[in-house]
Amino acid sequence: MKPAPFEYHAPASLDEAVALLATLDNAKVIAGGQSLVAMMNFRYAMPDHLIDLGNIASLSGLHFDAQILRIGSMTRQREIEFSAALANKVPLLKAALAHVGHRQTRNRGTLGGSLAHADPAAELPTVCLALDAEIEIVGAAGARVVPMRDFTNGFMTTALGYDEILVAVHIRPWRLGHGYSFQEYARRHGDFAVAGAAVLLDANHDGVIERASVALCGVADRPIRRDEAETALVGQVLDESIIARVASLAGDVEATGDIHGDATYRRHLARVLTTRALREASSRMTTKKRETA
Amino acid sequence: MTTTHSISVNINGQTYARVVEARMTLADFLRHEIGLTGTHLGCEHGVCGACTVLIDGRSARSCLTFAVQMNGRTLTTVEGLNVAVGLSPLQQAFQEHHGLQCGFCTSGMLMTLTELLSDNPDPTEQEVREVLTGHLCRCTGYAGPVRAALAAAEHLKGIKGAA
Amino acid sequence: MGSKNFGARVTRFEDVALVSGKGRYVDDIQIAGTLHAAFLRSPHGHARIKSIDTSAALRCEGVHAVLTAADLPERMRKQRMPLLLPNATMSTLRTQHSLAVDEVCYVGQALAIIVADNRYLAEDALAAIEVEYEVLKAVSDVRAALAAGAPRAHADLDSNVVSEFVMNYGDVDAAFASAPHVFREELWQHRGGGMAMETRGVLAQADVTTDSLTLWSSTQTPHIARRMLAEVLDVDVESIRIIAPDVGGGFGPKAIFYPEDAVVAHASRALGRPVKFIEDRREHFLCATQERDQYWNVEIAVDNDGNILGVRGDMLHDTGAFVPWGIIMPYIAGATMPGPYVVPAYRLACTVAFTNKVATTPVRGAGRPQAVFAMERLMDRVARELRLDPAELRRRNYIRPEQMPYSVGLIFRDGKPLIYDSGDYPRGHDAALDLAGYQGFPERQASARALGRFIGIGVASYVEGTGLGPFEGVTVRILPDGKVRVTSGATSQGQGTRTTLAQIVADRVGCRIEDVAVTIGDTAGIASGVGAFASRLAVNAGSSASIAGDHVRVSILKLASRALGLPESEIDLEDGKAIGRGGNRPAISFGELSRAAQGMPGFSLDAGQPVGLEHTAYFAPTQASYCSGTHVAEVEVDVGTGAVKILNYSVAHDCGNVINPMIVDGQVQGGVAHGIGNALLEWMQYDENAQPLTTTFADYLLPMATDVPTCAIAHVETPSPLNPIGVKGAGEGGTIPAAAAIIAAVENALSPFGVRFAETPLMPNRIVQALEEAGAYAQQVA
Repeated sequence: MKPAPFEYHAPASLDEAVALLATLDNAKVIAGGQSLVAMMNFRYAMPDHLIDLGNIASLSGLHFDAQILRIGSMTRQREIEFSAALANKVPLLKAALAHVGHRQTRNRGTLGGSLAHADPAAELPTVCLALDAEIEIVGAAGARVVPMRDFTNGFMTTALGYDEILVAVHIRPWRLGHGYSFQEYARRHGDFAVAGAAVLLDANHDGVIERASVALCGVADRPIRRDEAETALVGQVLDESIIARVASLAGDVEATGDIHGDATYRRHLARVLTTRALREASSRMTTKKRETA
Repeated sequence: MTTTHSISVNINGQTYARVVEARMTLADFLRHEIGLTGTHLGCEHGVCGACTVLIDGRSARSCLTFAVQMNGRTLTTVEGLNVAVGLSPLQQAFQEHHGLQCGFCTSGMLMTLTELLSDNPDPTEQEVREVLTGHLCRCTGYAGPVRAALAAAEHLKGIKGAA
Repeated sequence: MGSKNFGARVTRFEDVALVSGKGRYVDDIQIAGTLHAAFLRSPHGHARIKSIDTSAALRCEGVHAVLTAADLPERMRKQRMPLLLPNATMSTLRTQHSLAVDEVCYVGQALAIIVADNRYLAEDALAAIEVEYEVLKAVSDVRAALAAGAPRAHADLDSNVVSEFVMNYGDVDAAFASAPHVFREELWQHRGGGMAMETRGVLAQADVTTDSLTLWSSTQTPHIARRMLAEVLDVDVESIRIIAPDVGGGFGPKAIFYPEDAVVAHASRALGRPVKFIEDRREHFLCATQERDQYWNVEIAVDNDGNILGVRGDMLHDTGAFVPWGIIMPYIAGATMPGPYVVPAYRLACTVAFTNKVATTPVRGAGRPQAVFAMERLMDRVARELRLDPAELRRRNYIRPEQMPYSVGLIFRDGKPLIYDSGDYPRGHDAALDLAGYQGFPERQASARALGRFIGIGVASYVEGTGLGPFEGVTVRILPDGKVRVTSGATSQGQGTRTTLAQIVADRVGCRIEDVAVTIGDTAGIASGVGAFASRLAVNAGSSASIAGDHVRVSILKLASRALGLPESEIDLEDGKAIGRGGNRPAISFGELSRAAQGMPGFSLDAGQPVGLEHTAYFAPTQASYCSGTHVAEVEVDVGTGAVKILNYSVAHDCGNVINPMIVDGQVQGGVAHGIGNALLEWMQYDENAQPLTTTFADYLLPMATDVPTCAIAHVETPSPLNPIGVKGAGEGGTIPAAAAIIAAVENALSPFGVRFAETPLMPNRIVQALEEAGAYAQQVA
């Protein structure tokens, strides 16, 4: 299990990286390497050129402005996990990271790497989908921004062109006090999810849901949003019967199966995990203060 | 097509300059180029954790990293844990609490626990177990390593308290 | 002579090197000029090899040799690997060729070796070998293998059946005919791997100047490997030295002598260079032997009080494509099933069949976990049907301690009558139940259910034949510097064998344990040896260490008596010195005595003086010694996801006298972890073409630190009368009843829904499916 030969490039700037990617044949970008190198060791991936983004400082780090949080694609998962500001503004990310791999892989693994790898059971793409994140991409033809809904477009495939690099993720945090939950079932601690559910909720001062987001991982060839479930939530005050109805809608998907569980089991898990996520998100939600005249 | 690269890397306090092939993993580099065979390879796909080392103080899989990426980095391997008087408190605790049997996975566990105890000197059993999920062990059933980690934490707290 | 060390919690002297990264595993041994090997392996479960073209591979960078079967010496090419354990019931004795000749019978079977400057280059060249295959139909499921029109696992065989045999005693049909109650269960256990964290490895160094060969190997059995290698290479057995250095776990698969080992040795001889082969994890999944595929169809007859009247049925064992260790596992399984119970009549008809999967050979437990699962599932069924507490039912059926030694009525795998030498099963049972708080469980369960949580408890008991022969030798020698050298054919893959042997010897000869230096796993250390399997080393090597130590003690006393001018009865041996009792306590060190025992060149020894202070003992047990135990698992089932969490796990274990409780506890705990893997996680899945699907640690799931609780362990010590130190084996007992206890606990947790499980591993989707079928989700439990 030794990788096939390749040429290694460690560009110091994004422009240089993009130029390399555009000109070299069979080139592959390496971020944290926590999935790619394993695939290279198995020789499932055999790039002729490896372009390491590790020396491009501008790709790392968290930047907040008034509305938007920008996370550089090379930001290590560990940094996101331990960021107090993120825990406050986007608590769903931190909740999901508790399920992502192991300490040793989070120390190296990056947000951008996880999104570009696009494993359908992975937590981070699911959370980004739930948050309506936007993916900032730079390629030889210039920069563009792709909504997360359009970013993953099949089993481990994304909207990234062969000459494009994922640069950053833009997230608009929800109102402080919103409800959030990430629930997943994995066979063991840190394994990819068999299935998982990310839920975000916000309600008005009467507890009526004004905004909802429900995303699932592990049930289809990519993370999916459950629009019907969200529509059914808005305008409701949550109780067990609504939760049951919404979870049932969420779980009503064309699921795919693999050796860790067939489609029936995954639909079942989608329903159960959505139920739990709705309950937890609801319990965490602080309703808005009644506006005083 | 194969390229080589000159790298300089600090390992356990000593600087090594070597020419490496791009595809050489950090694990093979440590084991075969530097001769630090205490870092073991159990799966070469990043799950078992036997190859865990510290890169700039952070635990990481040396099978999922290429040596060429380590230029200018500071590494610690299990050989760097010993202190002047012999075993470190964590290593001693592993002996005292039967934290190892065959010893093959042990190096990796020691590296992860070194990082944990420096970040969090007072971990709970659950926290110890969670970081150890990054390591597969077929011999111990984990009771010994968990006991050893908690005992080492107690011991280190005692040293700090006395200082 | 005290027993300062025997029975004490002595920390291991293996550990200092291992925690410092200074262990020496095979791949850590680096000899200048070593070449590295990779094997070309079959991608098909079954295929005919039409042609192999290695010419392009030979031209690849850094490649020194590419060998196929055609390139091997005639004897290696033509003969299959020696069969280690023939058995009269085996109609087909089929082992592998060193390299596949014209047919491959499982995915991963080796066709060619590439020897190159390093492993990277060797793997590069693999892609350049061109093989033309004619893909043949493969048989994947052993049940399908028996069908009339089934594909044959080997194209030239008329049948997939390897062996059919019956184990029986008593008039079982009469017992069933008159029994008030008969219950039947169909059960299966799936195969998994040994999955030692160190994969297999071998480094061969041929020395043309002395026409000898040294092989460093991660083997459990160096002496056996030497014998087999000499046969395959057709060389003098004494020209081969095999060293098992530090070995990173064994668990059974490393007891096998693999064809690759012989090919690597041959390559070293052919090239005149050291050649190293380190199996990678993918190869371990494909080619290291596995175990546990068995299908049981068994029934139990009981009276109205639950007393067993008879057990009968049949069992089908999947041996994979070859039988390197014969039919040991199904045989052991058949002999293990009656267990700790009085079973008046018994019959098990066993069928062993080929499939196109890697061979099965013993993995920790070796047939016993399956048998205990079968028996204990029957016992749980009886308890449920007769509305008896499962623990009470077992208590009624245990063989009583006063019935020891107890003859079961079968012949065990060692060829000797199956006679339990010692044991107190009710005492072990009670001890385990006490640890588990069994009495208080119904209350815990009721409180949990009130909170919507589903917890359950399960009990399983077993008897395990351990300490199998034929023998293991130990040499004890006092060196001129006073150190005590111990050598043995025993090996260690992490069991702390060096420490336990030192404990025994230090007590017998009267020295400090730190002055004992133990060398094991080296064929140069002792003339004959066997190795580590079947939980045999405490009994075999431990006894030999004790006997050899006693002999050396006698010699020391004899010599010290002359030197000190005191009768032997007035001399104590302590801390490596012979010390006269009384007076000014004159003393002489073991070192001085050792030198005296060598005599002086040209001078005659005094009459009766011992020559050298050393002795070699080969203890050969007359039969197996039978360890036993009871496990209690307490689990919680998440009915929403099907996840099972083990909350508490309690073990009462009887391995006779305990040499080192720390080490025995470690063996039990580790064994339980393996059992948890078998019960809930480890599934070596193949598709219908016998293509393995779970060949990574992300797909084949080993238990992690959050899956295995710290066990509560009680030692029940009923010394074995069959060996001088009263011990029985401890290496596998932790694994054997674990699956039975855990599955029982899961059923108990889900008793409100009445779901039943008959297989391992029990997967969460299977639990959810059963709950769905039972209508659980209509009740909104999630």
